[in-house]
Amino acid sequence: MTAETPQSISPAGAPLLHVKGLKKHFPIHGGILKRQVATVYAVDGVDFDVFPGEVFSLVGESGCGKTTLGRSVLRLTEPTAGEVQFDGTDIIGLPVDELRRLRRQMQIIFQDPFGSLNPRMPISDIIGEGLLAQGLTDRKARDKKVEDALETVGLRREYTRRYPHEFSGGQRQRIGVARALALEPKFIVCDEPVSALDVSIQSQVLNLLLDLRRDFNLTYLFISHNLSVIQYFSDRVGVMYLGKIMEVGTVDDLYRNARHPYTIALLSAIPDPDPRRRQKRLVLKGDVPSPVAPPPGCRFSTRCWLREQLGNPERCTTEEPELRVISTGHRVACHFEDRITATTVADRVAAQSVIDTAIAAPV
Amino acid sequence: MTETLSAPAPLGSPPAHEVLLDVRDMKTHFKVLDGIVPAVDGVSFSLGRGQTLGIVGESGSGKSVTALTIMRLLDIPPAVIGAESEVWFDGREILHMPLDSMRRIRGKDMAMIFQEPLTSLNPVLSIGEQIGEQVRLHLKVSRHEARDRSIESLRSVGIPSPEARIKQFPHEMSGGMRQRVMIAMALSCEPKLLIADEPTTALDVTIQAQILELLKVIQQRTGSALLLITHDLGVVAEMVDHVVVMYAGQVVEQGTANEVMLEPKAPYTMGLLESIPTAEKRGGRLSVIKGVVPSPFHLPPACRFEPRCPYAWDLCHEVAPELYPVVGSGSGRRARCHLHQAAGESRRVAALELHADAMRVGRGLKEDPA
Repeated sequence: MTAETPQSISPAGAPLLHVKGLKKHFPIHGGILKRQVATVYAVDGVDFDVFPGEVFSLVGESGCGKTTLGRSVLRLTEPTAGEVQFDGTDIIGLPVDELRRLRRQMQIIFQDPFGSLNPRMPISDIIGEGLLAQGLTDRKARDKKVEDALETVGLRREYTRRYPHEFSGGQRQRIGVARALALEPKFIVCDEPVSALDVSIQSQVLNLLLDLRRDFNLTYLFISHNLSVIQYFSDRVGVMYLGKIMEVGTVDDLYRNARHPYTIALLSAIPDPDPRRRQKRLVLKGDVPSPVAPPPGCRFSTRCWLREQLGNPERCTTEEPELRVISTGHRVACHFEDRITATTVADRVAAQSVIDTAIAAPV
Repeated sequence: MTETLSAPAPLGSPPAHEVLLDVRDMKTHFKVLDGIVPAVDGVSFSLGRGQTLGIVGESGSGKSVTALTIMRLLDIPPAVIGAESEVWFDGREILHMPLDSMRRIRGKDMAMIFQEPLTSLNPVLSIGEQIGEQVRLHLKVSRHEARDRSIESLRSVGIPSPEARIKQFPHEMSGGMRQRVMIAMALSCEPKLLIADEPTTALDVTIQAQILELLKVIQQRTGSALLLITHDLGVVAEMVDHVVVMYAGQVVEQGTANEVMLEPKAPYTMGLLESIPTAEKRGGRLSVIKGVVPSPFHLPPACRFEPRCPYAWDLCHEVAPELYPVVGSGSGRRARCHLHQAAGESRRVAALELHADAMRVGRGLKEDPA
């Protein structure tokens, strides 16, 4: 009944997924000659490892590059630069037919349960398409696998002849999970799998994903903007901002001892359903800058409350901070992380104006 | 349903002066091809001057239709408003008053902030023109004065250099900035009631924090009452003093934020809070509410939550529960559940214990449905 505790799995041995220096830049074309006029630095140099059996999560606001990163590690979008190894195999240089064989082990679940299922296909074809692409041409054997997958995600075997519109949002997301599972993968990228669902349905899908991980020894790369879901669901977390990882560590490292000013602000922003814990939030100024022109130096510097508090040190805008190890497995990309003390955050909250937060500080 | 079309019944008497908004037995049904959708089906609540009230519910619970009915922004038909339904605002009944009179209240004494600021702002008018239009209409001031007032209200919501901003158009602004403009516009005529329908749902979490903190400060400063509509239990707990929980067009529970969030008494609210992922539930399964929200065309015969309720028994299938006072609580604390009647007394203790258990660790009350 109770699932294996996420905490019980510690990263050890060789990673299942190894990502190094991964970049994905999108060109923007303009003018009469459609020349490239600018570049979107969607993912701009990201390193991380995902170990077998763990849930590694990426969290960040819209436009931070988390979805692009998830697609790039599967080569659903071709990365601009960098290294991705899956189970020891370099994916980036792999010829297409070999990549297709490997894709059987790497699947993805999409966010939108309405947009990601073809409305003109019956469920049997939606789930069976991947099996067909993998060379399972025998219709009977394929249908059997489709029915098995449906049953695994808690849907009836008879549903194979139905179409997506006949299902609710939660059921459609289960179909998306069944499609990924039918190929018996080792690794699944879950891209915001519960964001479009109501709370009561969200918990059903999260339970399903946890059960499947236990039953099939799955490894997840879980992408979400919901910090509460991530805290419940993950073993380790990477916090992304403007195409870079700002902080990475275990759930405990991040939620109990966050060291990056951005992570601290994100955590402070979560509305807590317990009214007794009502407190003033640390409010960030302004919006995320455009990934077309990321700020020089530290990308977070324009909105950084710590930088402001330290009297705007020059280093923040001239030198890009490295993702440094501060304790085992806990890495932070901030020059002044060691200047945060127990009272720093409280001082900031007491001093801030919550009205004048519309724009960020000039660099 | 036919009685809704008969001649209007004589109105009841106005509520006490301290009550700013009094919603009585509100029924908003929609006539569609497949039948009638009872989107709001007998909802009552009241909101005092300067107070804050949250309406919380999932998709299809009727929370947004409740707000739109109060503002009289629904097209009739397809909407049909119950003849016995009344909404008293600032001492006047507004649900059946002529639209002309309503227009003088709407935007002035009662203003609304919508979920998606991009679609609710006019894309071809500058920010200044949009706020100014409303100010000139309601306050009968000159163009020049309206401009000054627009600038002032933009400044009050933290928009820098408002003199330049009033010339901008909505597409030139970010999502957070547009929501600030919506708030500035709503506040420009100093309303007595601010209705915010999912004001931060479309925003990122750090921008949501900006807007919520801003709303809190402004609500306290202006002393206007706030009716906040949201699906996010966290936002409710942070923002309001009183809570109304809706399910399938009905109020299922009401009380203070502390009462409802910490000691929920309706099985739906209990299940909803149990299903939220938290740090304490790590390592276990989350409790789930089995099944899905019923179709409005095939509502369960008695209690609308009964098919999904882990505590239901025969009575719940036979008799529709009313919004009963909660045993051992103050006035205003109510739950739509037979557990709070004599018939459910023995079951109540067990149910509350199960809930307390599920809040401590993630432990499924029942398995997922097929």
